[in-house]
Amino acid sequence: MSLLSIENVSKRFGENEVIRGLSLDVKAGEFVSILGPSGSGKSTIFNLIGGLLTPDEGTIRLQKESIIGKRGSISYMPQTPSLLPWRTILHNVLLGQELQGNINREKAIEMIEKAGLKEYIHSYPHELSGGMKQRVAFIRALLSPQPIILLDEPFSALDEWTRLGMQKWLLDIWDSHRPTILFVTHNIEEALFLSDRIFVLSHRPSHVISELKVPFSRPRNEELLLENRFLESKRTIHFALKRSNRE
Amino acid sequence: MINNLLKGWRPALVLLLLFIIWEMAVKLADIPAWLLPPPTDILKEAIEGWGNFHEHLQSTIKLSLLGFVIGSSVGLLTAIILHLIPMVRESIYPLLILSQNVPIIVLAPLLVIWFGFGLMPKIIVITLVCFFPITVAALDGFRQTPNELKHYMMMAGANRRQLFWKLELPFSLPAIFSGLKISATYSVMGAVISEWLGAKSGIGVYMTLASSSFRTDRVFVAILFIMILSLLLFLLILLAEHFLVRWKRMEAERK
Repeated sequence: MSLLSIENVSKRFGENEVIRGLSLDVKAGEFVSILGPSGSGKSTIFNLIGGLLTPDEGTIRLQKESIIGKRGSISYMPQTPSLLPWRTILHNVLLGQELQGNINREKAIEMIEKAGLKEYIHSYPHELSGGMKQRVAFIRALLSPQPIILLDEPFSALDEWTRLGMQKWLLDIWDSHRPTILFVTHNIEEALFLSDRIFVLSHRPSHVISELKVPFSRPRNEELLLENRFLESKRTIHFALKRSNRE
Repeated sequence: MINNLLKGWRPALVLLLLFIIWEMAVKLADIPAWLLPPPTDILKEAIEGWGNFHEHLQSTIKLSLLGFVIGSSVGLLTAIILHLIPMVRESIYPLLILSQNVPIIVLAPLLVIWFGFGLMPKIIVITLVCFFPITVAALDGFRQTPNELKHYMMMAGANRRQLFWKLELPFSLPAIFSGLKISATYSVMGAVISEWLGAKSGIGVYMTLASSSFRTDRVFVAILFIMILSLLLFLLILLAEHFLVRWKRMEAERK
């Protein structure tokens, strides 16, 4: 049963056709990635799911209900941490819940402590490093009550070392909570390392050129990144992208 | 803040030097006191005339505080309305700028004709000089809210009211305080001008009486207290800012 299903969605801005006949679905408890080159309209897809934009054609359903134009039905973690600089870490984490109405302070404190940010709980965002801020942003999204979290290239602004650490941290926390995640990235390795399924997008106007079930068992660790089967999968995706580029 | 106060000795020294030059120039050139009194005379008058003066001072303080509170509330409210209803902003904003081009000196007698000699025309004068800096500063602050923060709030499902109270207003606080600082000093000036319109007491009244009877020393006493009052009000705003927008300062210190 899919939790989120997008069927045949198209969107154009004037002359500029961004998405053409895009379909994908996410099941409950699944970690799904959308992988596409820069400028393939990934952010537009998120804005459509988030209700900031409405599609020209097609349906977007969450738990069988249409969420077209409905804001607040998903929980969101953006590319930049987007923490409010006048709020402490605790109050930033609570923001997602606050917008929806119910606040669970104890759970927030527990999650912050689990994320290794105990000593920063009453600090302000500017006192944290980039990776820490992204952790806070993720906890904020995780604590929001919506059934699915959208992550919009959350690690693309981090340096290589921090990114790997964050990916492992995300896998860890995902394993213990099993939230449903839709993850957008342009990094093939990242998509393979993290997700259960990958939708590979074409260039504009974007549509799904291939859907791939990631064959690796969990829990995964970083040795996987150098194994032959991992590199094999990476090659498959790479060529799929290249083929679509030529067409 | 303490650092800034310690640095204050430099302007204080310059001021002292200026007074000494003034004193000597007046004494050496033998300028009559009704033309330009020496600083020592002004100081003497300030101390000796205190019994008479403090009543005027009190009513000016009351008037400027009242005017400042009303004026800045009107300013902030105007900014909020203009911000939340774009159609109103497009049609009203240019008129607001025009409102600042009407000379108060011309407007003041008209206000007396319309509203009499009571509190009303005075508050209107102060509000007119006070609200504009706050409206402009707050509007800029609201508009400069970073897009990424707005985008996050919208995606997370914030409605218009939450977007304003949880994001735009707190983000604009530093800007609003810049406006408040300007308005605070304007409000004292506005109060003095409004007292010229006709009042029983106030520094404005005291000033008019003094200048028409060639008591130049008293005019300078009035000026001195207007300055002190403006400065105190300014410091008050600075103090409020210090406690309310702590995050901005900490961010700046880190950089």
